Amino acid sequence: MQISVSDKEVFAPTQHTNLLVALNQETIDLHYHELVEGGFLLFDVVSNLDTSKVSNNVHIFPIPLAKLAESNGGSPLMSNTVALGATIGILGGDIAHLKNLLSEEFAKKGEEVTQQNHAAALAGYDYARDHFAQFTTSTLKPKEEHSPLMVVNGNQAAALGAVAAGLQFAAIYPMTPTSNILHTLAPLQKEYGFIYKQPEDELAAINMALGASFAGARSLVATSGGGFCLMSEGYGLAGLAELPVVIIEGMRGAPATGIPTWTEQGDLRFVLHAHQGDFPRIVLAAGDAKEAFDLTMQAFNLADIYQTPVLILVDKHICENDQSYELFDYSGYEVDRGKFTTEKIENYQRFALSSDGISLRSTPGTGNHLLANSDEHDPYGYSNEEIENRNQQMQKRMKKLETCAQNHMPAPQLFGPDKADVTIVSWGSNKGSILQAIEQFDNVNFLHLTWVNPFPTQAVRERLQKAKYLINVECNYTAQMGGLIKERTGIEILDNYLKYDGRPIYPEEIIEKVNKVLGR
Amino acid sequence: MTTLADLTTPCKPNWCPGCGDFGIWTAFRNAATKENWNVGNTVITAGIGCHGHIINFVKLPAFEGLHGRALPVATGVKMANHKLNVFVFTGDGDSLGEGGNHWVHTCRRNHDITIILHDNAIYGLTTGQTSPASQKGFKSKSTPEGNPDEPIRPLALAIAAGATFVARGSAYEHERLTELIIAANNHKGIAIIDVLQACMSFNPEVADYYKANTYYLGDDYNPKDKNAAFTKALEWGEKSIPLGILYKEEKPSYEMEIPQIAQKPLVSTPPLKRNIQTLFKQYL
Repeated sequence: MQISVSDKEVFAPTQHTNLLVALNQETIDLHYHELVEGGFLLFDVVSNLDTSKVSNNVHIFPIPLAKLAESNGGSPLMSNTVALGATIGILGGDIAHLKNLLSEEFAKKGEEVTQQNHAAALAGYDYARDHFAQFTTSTLKPKEEHSPLMVVNGNQAAALGAVAAGLQFAAIYPMTPTSNILHTLAPLQKEYGFIYKQPEDELAAINMALGASFAGARSLVATSGGGFCLMSEGYGLAGLAELPVVIIEGMRGAPATGIPTWTEQGDLRFVLHAHQGDFPRIVLAAGDAKEAFDLTMQAFNLADIYQTPVLILVDKHICENDQSYELFDYSGYEVDRGKFTTEKIENYQRFALSSDGISLRSTPGTGNHLLANSDEHDPYGYSNEEIENRNQQMQKRMKKLETCAQNHMPAPQLFGPDKADVTIVSWGSNKGSILQAIEQFDNVNFLHLTWVNPFPTQAVRERLQKAKYLINVECNYTAQMGGLIKERTGIEILDNYLKYDGRPIYPEEIIEKVNKVLGR
Repeated sequence: MTTLADLTTPCKPNWCPGCGDFGIWTAFRNAATKENWNVGNTVITAGIGCHGHIINFVKLPAFEGLHGRALPVATGVKMANHKLNVFVFTGDGDSLGEGGNHWVHTCRRNHDITIILHDNAIYGLTTGQTSPASQKGFKSKSTPEGNPDEPIRPLALAIAAGATFVARGSAYEHERLTELIIAANNHKGIAIIDVLQACMSFNPEVADYYKANTYYLGDDYNPKDKNAAFTKALEWGEKSIPLGILYKEEKPSYEMEIPQIAQKPLVSTPPLKRNIQTLFKQYL
């Protein structure tokens, strides 16, 4: 686990490590090369770990972790708490904060365990202050003014967004990296009055959600690429039968089981094209937990207004990585169900033709006769394969995307100066690393895309035409967004920075890339 | 009260002449008129197969989804609005083949829904291939040398999985089937009716076979005896295909055990923006 700490906002993990706590040899072997010159390696002196590969410019802090834990009334298992105490000591933190956190963490385990951990932390803290005083930093010095910050990951943020947006029904089959969405939702259902159902598979998940949606509920599913393979059939059904549903797709690495606990952005083209035939799909992509929260809330409105599936792509990197944020502000949000009625309507036509492509939605139990029909259907919903009807219903459904682009699609966000020597184009979780990296430059800007379908063609084209030099940054092999940009705008980005080893793109990599382009 | 006219749609049934689906359609509509199932209180879901066309021929809110998926759709509808009568029309290819997993898991959940299995032991819509309910040795376009597989006994599977109302009816005996459908809907929990029918185009022989070899369980049969029911569900052959209620068990339905909907259906309150400040604080 890597933790980045700063008195400024932190957007991304880094390649380098300043302080490494190694409780075993494997940790040293895997991570010694990440340690910076002047960095710290902290480990248990009695465990005979081999530090011979570690650079001479790294400060080595051997501490009798297990022994200190035991001599202070704990067990060797508390070595990690001793190491944490020592870390706080070296980085100049307040041991009282750590004690409070330990009290919270071990509250359920009772007073004795809590006290043992307090003693272990203090022993580590004292040991570090006594033995390595000359290396002590003020990295963790408490800030004088600060607002309370939440520590959340993308999964939690999406789940919270769903609850705030009036979620009524969720069916989620467990799958890395989005299982934490169901872990967050399941305990809240009783108090907040929604239903979470664990289905037998992803086929059941999306079909249950569509059944609930037909009955009028705001419905959610969440999965990863493999689960979405199974959901693909329900995705198109939602499109044809005009049923709102929000789908969260957490992207992990590679096809099949692949590299299931690592990150990638390889599902963009998949979700844009999954299912046979054409149907209106709204596809959004979150760049961080805050965007996952906002887009999830918005997705419920878009799904209701356009009566079609709305899919949010979230990279594994942000699904499961925590980041600190100020409390999310959603005061401006209003639930918008679009054209929806529970009144009985004379001669009701569920799929009536309309200029914006949207028909008046109703639900069973209202006295209105309505059908959700996976066959092509007439305005009432009855199966109908006649030429004129097929054309009219197809055009009606597809029209909804145009209406959506006009009424709801924002222009993509540009970070950095308006005029720049280098323009980076990217999407998803690369946002954090790119933001962190461009702080180093005054002549680099960054176009961050969150709307994938419909696509902000005009705005993107205008921005790309202004650019002096374009770099497309993505975590996949085939530059999927680069291809989409070319398809939509006619502009081909020739310089692609691509990564598909499962690791996120780090700020250092972006800095190096930009420096190369700038000839530095 | 619901009349047959209320249930009539502009669409004319497109099943082949003599299809067992007509019998099921008739029995269901008769039950609807007797029980006042109407546009305001009932939903039907269907999968894909000839059975699925029924949504066009009964004027009730309906969801004809994808092949094999009628069951999860129905359970989603029921959880969202448990005041509705929910009927599933499905077929042997639909729920024993493509949707087999849903069959097993829906049976173990006791949702208060009624499942009517159009069981003609053939894939009719795709013009005659062997189905999971076809007998061993059955010759069709997909098994020209005879079906090498044993058939699934759907009711044995249902009892084993935990279904609480398990019955079999005949598409050719409307009145008895009407009674079964009403009894199934009155059951608080999952109710399954396996309806034997022929496909007049691709498996017509079974019509006479069923007529000759089915019998109704008598008053001496105790449908509460699970072991006896399991034995009955496995019975098949000359003069030994039982009809009627094979198994019935009383226990709370799935929906009765969800506290969130104890007072009223989920969708009776529209989705509202929620205050989640206390949730934010858990992450401070």
